[in-house]
Amino acid sequence: MTISADHTAQDPATNDPASGAPTQSHSTEDAASEAVRKFGITVEDYMLPARHQIQIVGPDGTLNPHTEQGAQPGHEYTLPGDEDLVAAYEQLVIGRRVNDQNSALVRQGRMAVYPSSHGQEACQVAAALCLSQGDWMFPTYRDSVAVMARGVDPVQTMTLFRGDWHGGYNPAEHKVGIQCTPLTTQLLHGVGVAHAAKLRGEDTVVLAMCGDGATSEGDFHEALNFAAVFHLPVVFFVQNNQYAISVPLAHQSVAPSLAHKAVGYGMAGERVDGNDVVALLAVLGRAVKLAREGSGPLLVEAHTYRMQAHTNADDATRYRQDSEVAEWVAKDPLSRMNTYLAGRGLLDDGRAAAIAEKAEAVAAQLRDGLSEDVPVDPQDLFKYVFSTPTAQLKEQSAMLADELAREEAAK
Amino acid sequence: MSPTITTSSEANGNVSAATARAAATAAAAAEQKAAQTGAQTITLAKALNTAMADAMHADPSVLVFGEDVGMLGGVFRITDGLTRTFGKSRCFDTPLAESGIVGMAVGMAMNGMRPVIEMQFDAFAYPAFEQIVSHVAKMHNRTKGAVKLPMVIRVPYAGGIGGVEHHCDSSEAYYAHTAGLKVFTPATVADGYRMLREAIDSDDPVMFMEPKKLYWSKDQVDLGALRADHAANTERGTSSEGRAAVARPGTDATLIAYGPSVPTALAAAAAAAEEGRSLEVIDVRSIVPFDDETVCASVRKTGRAVVIAEAHGFASVSSEIVARVQERCFHYLAAPIRRVTGFDVPYPAPKLEHYYLPGVDRILDAVDDLQWEN
Repeated sequence: MTISADHTAQDPATNDPASGAPTQSHSTEDAASEAVRKFGITVEDYMLPARHQIQIVGPDGTLNPHTEQGAQPGHEYTLPGDEDLVAAYEQLVIGRRVNDQNSALVRQGRMAVYPSSHGQEACQVAAALCLSQGDWMFPTYRDSVAVMARGVDPVQTMTLFRGDWHGGYNPAEHKVGIQCTPLTTQLLHGVGVAHAAKLRGEDTVVLAMCGDGATSEGDFHEALNFAAVFHLPVVFFVQNNQYAISVPLAHQSVAPSLAHKAVGYGMAGERVDGNDVVALLAVLGRAVKLAREGSGPLLVEAHTYRMQAHTNADDATRYRQDSEVAEWVAKDPLSRMNTYLAGRGLLDDGRAAAIAEKAEAVAAQLRDGLSEDVPVDPQDLFKYVFSTPTAQLKEQSAMLADELAREEAAK
Repeated sequence: MSPTITTSSEANGNVSAATARAAATAAAAAEQKAAQTGAQTITLAKALNTAMADAMHADPSVLVFGEDVGMLGGVFRITDGLTRTFGKSRCFDTPLAESGIVGMAVGMAMNGMRPVIEMQFDAFAYPAFEQIVSHVAKMHNRTKGAVKLPMVIRVPYAGGIGGVEHHCDSSEAYYAHTAGLKVFTPATVADGYRMLREAIDSDDPVMFMEPKKLYWSKDQVDLGALRADHAANTERGTSSEGRAAVARPGTDATLIAYGPSVPTALAAAAAAAEEGRSLEVIDVRSIVPFDDETVCASVRKTGRAVVIAEAHGFASVSSEIVARVQERCFHYLAAPIRRVTGFDVPYPAPKLEHYYLPGVDRILDAVDDLQWEN
């Protein structure tokens, strides 16, 4: 798919000054011809999501018939390999354990707040596993499990919610953006990272994450449009968990689906069962591959459910029925995968026990790490405002130091 | 965007696009000839344009983008010729969305680039406010110094050009109030070059406030000497960044001004001299960081001060300057510090702006008010 405006980022070496003249834009025609060539379908069929969401393993843990797995031309998905499936299951179990451990730590007063992704673990795990080492992820505040699955230290990940500092890991080291509490602002940062990489000729793909409520924000629109116009390798991954704190999706959008928004930007969209990690790995894996091949950006909407309240400060019973929550218990991503893998003979008792042990080790790491009282340094307030503190900040830092010294002396 | 403004700036001595383009092409060759370049008369616009071109020559990670900055060269022609010289992957037009421009620049800066982006007009930068305040200003802090954002947001600002509404705001206080942003504003042609190079070199994000009514002001500058100074400063790790300048020395009172108000303050000082009063004019240059030392040294010497700014006076940069000087120089003051600022009204329509803008007479009235003995 080529939705190229007049900006095609050539290698700077090939830039001759005369190429500064705007080239003619034939976006629709290019997109159509390339989609037709690649998949033998119309550009509309390529950009519009498949008629149904992509689901490979049903809620009861059985494999859907091949014809139902996503078999339309241009929307064909293949089953990931056995080892990938077991690795994903391991991360699912760890992710669930992390969510429940962190919620417990909040109840015990060890953390200020934790927005749990309980129920959304399949999305979290697939978001991390679909990326290669050189790729970037831009997560939201609810994506701690994805951040950890990407390899960031669990205790460092929790710094934000523990209240020691705003971020606890180095985004550049892990190629994971700082978890973002403003909505969709991070999507544009992902677009910028992808743009810089493209200008240097690197094959980096960026996965930029947000929720259903966030699709109402202006930066959602600007990010998708910029990525499309500059033809950037970004996969926008929307976890539609049905609620923006208390407000259901129907109050955010009356689009046929959030994935349908893609066509308005000239990119391909797809819907996927957000509780089916097999389908998520297939759909996100293919989206990342297409983006890397230059057919990006793409938009993937995962249909899932936030099983718990927005945070510990929220009371979900005020805006939704227990019966609705019960319906989603039956679609749980972990039990589904457990049944499927056991049925395939890929998960014996020994393997399951080893996975549970790993999950317990991560939980223990969180308990130990967050029980420890790490002293904060008040002088850190002034260290990271500018690369070199200004005279005013030095003055204020000395004032605080003096205040603390007098307090200490008075003890 | 605004025909009124284009017309007005042409009336203020705008060179034609063709002339400007030819000049920009010449600028590319000028680097080699820098050594033998002597003083020449150029505009602030040209100085800014040359600063960007030189920075782009020096560092392939410097990129310029924004609205109409490509083939058009910007509505004020500040980016003129950059696409032609450096190609459209280094200077390019974006979709018309300011939050997108700033947000994308954040990501590019996170990933090894030094974006220099243009907000077309002061008031058109407001859609980007969240990106600027929540991310540009805070990323270094949020990541405990792990992520630096070496980016420059150029904002043509302030009035005096007969612009229609939303084209003449003095928005510097919003940025100066935000911890983590540097805020520079040049008032001279030489500073246009010097300060924009320093802003691009900065590892911290800089709001670069360009007084649009001064774009076509001219001065004799030696670009070769400015380039040599920049190179020497880079080598020594020194610069004039964050320093105020004494724009005109004097002994009786200090006029403290920045950006578009500096020429007005200088005109007031010239008029006062004819009446036998010697006024020192301080050009603040850098609002953040603020040079208390230079400003206070002047006020301690003269014992009297007037702060001049186009922006509304209430909760403004001028109020901050008064507060700082008062805290540091109280016992040196012979009179309360006065301010001459814009009124606390939305920026007026073109036919009313001369009532609003601080002018020479209003400044001299304030000076007269400084409790002189006789």
